[in-house]
Amino acid sequence: MASFKKKTKTSQEIPTSALPDIIFILLFFFMVATTVRPNEVKVKTSLPRITQVQKLEQVNILSNIHIGKPNDVEKFGKEARIQVNDVFISADGIPKFIEEERVKLGDKRNLLQVVFKIDKEAKMGLVTDVQEKLRDVSARKVNYSGLKISER
Amino acid sequence: MIRRKKEREATEINAGSMADIAFLLLIFFLVTTTIVSDSALPFTLPEKTDQPPVDVKINDKNIFKVIVNSSDKLLVEDDIMELAQIREEAIKFLENKGRDKDLSDSPKDAIVSYRADRGTSYEMFINVLDELKAAYHVVRAKELGISLDAYLALDKEDKADKKLLDKAKEAYPMQLSIAEPSKF
Repeated sequence: MASFKKKTKTSQEIPTSALPDIIFILLFFFMVATTVRPNEVKVKTSLPRITQVQKLEQVNILSNIHIGKPNDVEKFGKEARIQVNDVFISADGIPKFIEEERVKLGDKRNLLQVVFKIDKEAKMGLVTDVQEKLRDVSARKVNYSGLKISER
Repeated sequence: MIRRKKEREATEINAGSMADIAFLLLIFFLVTTTIVSDSALPFTLPEKTDQPPVDVKINDKNIFKVIVNSSDKLLVEDDIMELAQIREEAIKFLENKGRDKDLSDSPKDAIVSYRADRGTSYEMFINVLDELKAAYHVVRAKELGISLDAYLALDKEDKADKKLLDKAKEAYPMQLSIAEPSKF
């Protein structure tokens, strides 16, 4: 019988040379997933708590409208203001804003939904004014944003 | 003097700490990433028409009136009420199906009318809207014989779930109207 050649002893160590590559892949994933918020929110919006929530999907058809007290009270006063993109507007500016958002969506323009991010201390008067303007341009799907809490 | 010749070092960069550096960056991005998951109460505003509203005769008992005034006080069916009670009352109203003469004839006739004043705080407005929606969800869940949490977890995109949702909507159509606010 032929004698077997003795096997060479293999190294017991796990090769770690690929570890940085794996970590880098993870790193790139999170770098891409991170959205550096382009629009600075200039109003204080502490959202009300809600239970009967629905997850917002299709992020690209959503347009945010922030309403709340300005952070910079010295400059803009204490009165609640409406912020879209990164400017303050009055309720009269809403139709123009909606039209701009619709143009951005192209052929999905009719699917546009508005997301209200409104401070819980804001008064309904201002919210109603905005809603009236939204009805004027028939942007009728609105979402009242809130923090999800589970049932008491 | 005789100098011993230095041994040449290998010209390789030590890559052992590379993983540590990458880990550090990774943890930084892990922390700063906020995966966007907004939750919201969806609502459809009423359509705007130029025609004056048609005078539809709706029996008063088929309307569940909820009014919030500018000091965040609730008036439900002409009674002062606390926020915690409103869900129960609304469920009673929706599930009545003609039993009680003062409440709705059937879920299809039942209309919940909600009006807030201009001075009402947004928080109160949302809390009440949340409770009214909860009432609808509770009766719908009961109709399907599942728990409220199970009802809320139903997915519109899923075919089997969609069927259930449609069935629930058929039984209890959400006729929740937000009236235009009064001027104070």
